[in-house]
Amino acid sequence: MSLDKGTVRAIAELARIDVPEDELDHLAGELSGILTFVEHLSEVNTDGIAPMNSVADLGLPMRADIVTDGNQAEAVLANAPDAMDGFFTVPKVVE
Amino acid sequence: MAYVIQGETGDWELVIGLEVHAQVISKAKLFSGAATEFGAEPNSQVSFVDAGFPGMLPVINALCVEQAVRTGLGLKAQINLTSVFARKNYFYADLPQGYQISQYELPIVGEGTLLIDLPDGTTKAVGIERLHLEQDAGKSMHDQHPTKSFIDLNRSGVALMEIVSKPDMRSPEEAGAYLTKLRTILRYLETCDGNMQEGSMRCDANVSVRPVGEQGLRTRCEIKNVNSIRFVQQAIEYEARRHIDVYESGGDIRQETRLFDSGKGETRSMRSKEHAHDYRYFPDPDLLPLVIGQNFVDGIKATLPELPDDKKARFMADFGLNAYDAGVLVAERASADFFEEVAKGRDSKMAANWIMGDFFATMNSGDYSWEKPPVTAANLGGMIDLIKDGTISTRLAKDVFIFMVESGKSPAAIVEEKGLKQVTDTGAIEKAIDEVFAANPDKVAEVKGGKDKLMGWFVGQVMKATQGKANPAMLNELIAKKFKE
Amino acid sequence: MTNLTKLTIAGALNGLSKGEFTAEELTEAHIKATEAKRALNAFITETPDMARDQAKESDARRQAGKAGALDGIPLGIKDLFCTKGVLTSAASHILDGFTPQYESTVTANLKAAGAVSLGKLNLDEFAMGSSNLTSYYGGAVNPWTKTSDPSAKLVPGGSSGGSAAAVAARMVMGATGTDTGGSIRQPAAFCGITGIKPTYGRCSRWGVVAFASSLDQPGPMARTVEDCALLLGAMAGHDPKDSTSAPVAVPNFAAALTGDIRGLKVGIPQEYRPDGLNAEVSQAWEQGIQWLKDAGATPVEISLPHTKYALPVYYIVAPAEASSNLARYDGVRFGLRVPGTSLDDMYKKTRAAGFGKEVRRRIMIGTYVLSAGYYDAYYAKAQKVRRLIAEDFTKAFQTVDVILTPTAPSAAFGMTETTDDPVTMWLNDVFTIPTSLAGLPGLSLPVGLNSDGLPLGLQLIGRPFDEETLFKVAGVMETAASFTAVPEGV
Repeated sequence: MSLDKGTVRAIAELARIDVPEDELDHLAGELSGILTFVEHLSEVNTDGIAPMNSVADLGLPMRADIVTDGNQAEAVLANAPDAMDGFFTVPKVVE
Repeated sequence: MAYVIQGETGDWELVIGLEVHAQVISKAKLFSGAATEFGAEPNSQVSFVDAGFPGMLPVINALCVEQAVRTGLGLKAQINLTSVFARKNYFYADLPQGYQISQYELPIVGEGTLLIDLPDGTTKAVGIERLHLEQDAGKSMHDQHPTKSFIDLNRSGVALMEIVSKPDMRSPEEAGAYLTKLRTILRYLETCDGNMQEGSMRCDANVSVRPVGEQGLRTRCEIKNVNSIRFVQQAIEYEARRHIDVYESGGDIRQETRLFDSGKGETRSMRSKEHAHDYRYFPDPDLLPLVIGQNFVDGIKATLPELPDDKKARFMADFGLNAYDAGVLVAERASADFFEEVAKGRDSKMAANWIMGDFFATMNSGDYSWEKPPVTAANLGGMIDLIKDGTISTRLAKDVFIFMVESGKSPAAIVEEKGLKQVTDTGAIEKAIDEVFAANPDKVAEVKGGKDKLMGWFVGQVMKATQGKANPAMLNELIAKKFKE
Repeated sequence: MTNLTKLTIAGALNGLSKGEFTAEELTEAHIKATEAKRALNAFITETPDMARDQAKESDARRQAGKAGALDGIPLGIKDLFCTKGVLTSAASHILDGFTPQYESTVTANLKAAGAVSLGKLNLDEFAMGSSNLTSYYGGAVNPWTKTSDPSAKLVPGGSSGGSAAAVAARMVMGATGTDTGGSIRQPAAFCGITGIKPTYGRCSRWGVVAFASSLDQPGPMARTVEDCALLLGAMAGHDPKDSTSAPVAVPNFAAALTGDIRGLKVGIPQEYRPDGLNAEVSQAWEQGIQWLKDAGATPVEISLPHTKYALPVYYIVAPAEASSNLARYDGVRFGLRVPGTSLDDMYKKTRAAGFGKEVRRRIMIGTYVLSAGYYDAYYAKAQKVRRLIAEDFTKAFQTVDVILTPTAPSAAFGMTETTDDPVTMWLNDVFTIPTSLAGLPGLSLPVGLNSDGLPLGLQLIGRPFDEETLFKVAGVMETAASFTAVPEGV
């Protein structure tokens, strides 16, 4: 599998990572190498095999509907790079 | 008559599917122990899980699972004993984890049906595609600062049920009826409070149009987050006309997400959703498959309340109500309960009329609720009893009703206190008639001369003379008798 | 007193309980060692004052007869564990200044057992790497050197390279690590110490910065098998805050070190002996088999036929999960923010500046394999093959009790010897990754030095939640190996 520049640009966009135009080719090469490496899997017959999304052989544990958390706005905002008036902030979004 | 929009090239049909996000009634969030209450200080109901901090992990709230199953049962839907939580990956300012935990391939509830009640008294079955559990996002505020948007994560992680209909609706009215009925059922089940203003029930509408007779679906647009039933209907209508205009002018509709501007009554493209989306769903590795037992489902089934359709049928069969009245009364569980209490052992038609008349009018005009009704069911029933046994007339009852609203006293006490007991003493009524006749000999002559219309005037005069207390039936009878003399 | 840093944890606990020295003295000795060996770059954040306070409190508890299982033992914490009030960086620029307001379950458990923390240890950025060179803070240095070229700096392995280096250099008595594809075992082997990746679900992941959620597992690293058993006993346990944490009791792991492995069947997988396997690694493995035979165990040749697919599976599954797990580093709530003209511009600049090259590469691969049209061919396919790999182990464990393999295909390599080719780099984990994919416990212990004076490790793989057998077998091998070599300057 070989990725072209356009695909790499699209992946970078999806992942929200700036990739300078002049690095796209190199990255395309690297990523293509990785994909070629992982493509060995296609030789394995997996008909009728269920994907193993977790090794934990358990059902999903549930908790009771009790309020046990919150009331800590200060702690939640303590690490924010630009909090204002009790809110997190981001550059203005136009919907 | 099917709903169509007439265009320049012919008649067009609407195809509507609705996605409703219903906030689950629970104290704590879907995957964290923070509270769900509406209107708290910004970021005060946020756990580190909700804020997507490093190393934080979700643990599911059992009640939310129960509520989803309960809703599924209320929609007569398939309950999936194994369902899977998946991550829906996208970046947005109010989505702290960078993904929303939702359900994708295996939702907790599969196909079901919702019966909608149309204004002409008929019903229509609308298919339910699925119901799944997911986390709500936080809230972005764009008008607080010139260059920044503010983010409040109080809502982040609150449990939502996304209820997806099949594209079975064909008019804005049907969409409205669907939302009304869905809200009724959610409230009966107590799984969502259905409050669209506060955003605890939100609706996305998928709209497309096609020429009448055309099979297959054309490109749809999704109108996001409309916050009232009326606006949903307006948005659908606007959007349908927009599609027709585009098609008829030779254009094509592009699949997109649009926003409804309720001020202008228009939809417009959402700039923030311009990127082609690729959500990269995959099973959430922090959560194992959600496995529930048939026993769990059966246990919930056993506690389901009587649902509106069943209640309506019973009201029609047991109380002899027509479909319309029954429909109005079952629209809320509390109104149905109130009716049943008033109607028990009484004239049920009279009970329905009083509730749907003076009672609803008062209820809607003031600061009342089902917890604090203008008149209690016991008092309204007592008043109907007084009408039935002839103590008061229907006309007097209207006054008694007003006094009950004002004082909260029992109808018997009011009748006693205000001397509103109707006059059924023949002699007293005859005396009043005689006085009116004596004072108006010319009018008596006119009636006798054949001007029957004036009979009503005499009834009114006598009623006035008795301060409205004369038994109307007796009064009519006695006046008629007097003229025959 | 000068030899306090040479003690084992078990030995130190004995000395503390007998009053031969205090926790303060023990801690002070390790603070001195830490200061003396800063050139190894093992720590990202040292917390000596906090450690002194904790040691003081520990002595008070011991006085009061309330000493915990690890009371007074100075440890280091991999900087992937969130620690309340102490910078937690994941060795990434993107977590600049991040000071958690919460404490991970594992470190809270260690604190509850009385352990003293000397600080936060270096690692590969977000635990992605096998050399420690991807750390934003620069790579930690292996305290071992080649006899042929003592001046060449070697990598400690990764990702828990700072942990391994600090334990090997006697800066700490033990350390926490995390293992996603070999991140405890491979650095343990490179640095001549012991480390165990427990069964998935044995230790809580709550409060550990996530790399690949279905694979990540915290575990201990120390200088002896018994010390690892003691540490794991304190770290492990069911945590209701982690839905994947196993509701199983924590046994007394140290009690499993009976020395008796007679009759035990030890699987030797043929697939772990590829053509061109380093001869000294192969020899060490043969030696290990012989020790087990001598102790009354029976080696059994087994086959794990899907082994060669483990690496491709891992390099789909782990980046896929990582691409999603690392989406939360967006410059909004914590860590680095690079200003931008719009929300997306801010995201892209922040993430481009905040993530290092390897992390960016893995996020990109993970994003790609999950994207529309490729999910089935890559992610779903990989998870299916993963099941086949896990089933290979299930079948093998029907006939054997434990499996013995080399830990890594080579000894530690030079910091400048690394290649830019990611795939070649990833081959370091070829023996450890299958175990991770299957969620099984794996332990690495040092068995000797190669001809260039560098330690070599062997790996024991066990049944799910049977860490006890691993400790028991490892104890026997440890005795047989009597690995007493120490790095230069220790």
